[in-house]
Amino acid sequence: MIKWWKILSALIILYTLVWGMLNPVPHLDILNETIRNVYFHVPIWFAMIFQMGLSVVYAIRQLNKNDLQLDLKSNQAAQVGLFFSFPGLLTGSMWAKFTWGTWWTFQDPKLNGVAIAILIYLAYFILRSSIDDELKRARISSVYNIFAFVMMFVFIMILPRLTDSLHPGNGGNPAFGKYDLDSNMRMVFYPAVIGWILLSLWILDIKTRLAQLTQKYDEA
Amino acid sequence: MSKQQLTQLLKKEFLLEFRQKSTLAGIAVYIVSTVFISALSFKKIIQPTVWNSLFWTIFLFIAVNVSSKSFMQETKGKGLFNYLYYNPRQFIISKIMYNMLLMAVLSLLTFFFYSWFVGSMVQDMGMFLLALLFSSTAFSGVLSLMSAIASKANNNMSLMAILSFPVLMPLLMVSVKLSKHAIDGLAWSVSYNYLLILVMLNFVVIALATILFNYLWRE
Repeated sequence: MIKWWKILSALIILYTLVWGMLNPVPHLDILNETIRNVYFHVPIWFAMIFQMGLSVVYAIRQLNKNDLQLDLKSNQAAQVGLFFSFPGLLTGSMWAKFTWGTWWTFQDPKLNGVAIAILIYLAYFILRSSIDDELKRARISSVYNIFAFVMMFVFIMILPRLTDSLHPGNGGNPAFGKYDLDSNMRMVFYPAVIGWILLSLWILDIKTRLAQLTQKYDEA
Repeated sequence: MSKQQLTQLLKKEFLLEFRQKSTLAGIAVYIVSTVFISALSFKKIIQPTVWNSLFWTIFLFIAVNVSSKSFMQETKGKGLFNYLYYNPRQFIISKIMYNMLLMAVLSLLTFFFYSWFVGSMVQDMGMFLLALLFSSTAFSGVLSLMSAIASKANNNMSLMAILSFPVLMPLLMVSVKLSKHAIDGLAWSVSYNYLLILVMLNFVVIALATILFNYLWRE
């Protein structure tokens, strides 16, 4: 059975792919046509943060209820979040090459934050694999998940606001707020955010069902 | 009752440490030899940025090494005893307080040897010491919890480093920035933001560690 929101997500992403390339955009200095990356790069990050947040919510519920199904979902959401960090990096890196002239720079706190986020989730999976007992693994990895998410949140959300970032909207670069006023772009950007988050939920749904089936198969 | 338990636990930590003087001496030797190696290999450091980052790298490794053992001594039998006898909140707070003290002393020791062998570049000593103090307290908060996690997961030493390095990174970035300001002797008003964030991180880390330790505690 296919749920309606899955079809909706596919349609929305198709719409942003087509109309994102065709619609008129304001021509800002440096950014020019690369401004269209905001339809892809930013929503993918939103989907990543959404999945990681979802993973933490499941982890908190797991600690309260001690339910292994919640742990399974928390793990799967973390995997989907990590998966979304790679297209996010790729689109960002390509964009940076054309605007900043480099694939990667350590000057920008947001880039460093993402690198740290990837390291944190890799550590989370290593921690999971090093504990054999299921209940124990669920408890301990949930604790790490919650703690690590808070620290990552500080890194991505608070520290970039203290220092200058190369990202648009920080340190005198053309701001997102400026073209946010452009209703043409808003018509693509907001649906794109919803579409990518729905897509991430779709992936999560499939992955969770697969993991549940594998578990059942292993037990039988 | 509860206050009594806390002092009791703290006393136990100190007693254990002083009975095994070899570990304390080991840490001191570790600090001296690490600093000495870096002094030998760098010969003379001219750039403040290099001085700063080398110092914090050394301190990071010392902190992770020292605090990784804070839960490793807890054997299974001891764990059961602690579980029956103590309150988890008191237990983790005693560990954090002890680690804070240890880390503050060790950071000063590291700074002392570092400025002896490599030379000091700090212009604003007050700000630097403040940065050192607050970051060592926050470090000990994070590392106490990470040590508890690592001890539950088969006490793997490399796991401790894998788990704590990425989590420590936001803290480290703020500390590095603050100490860079102190080295350059900037006005305090430039550093207020970072100092505020560091103090807030201290609270966040300690609060989270106390809340989350409850769940690690149950076997």
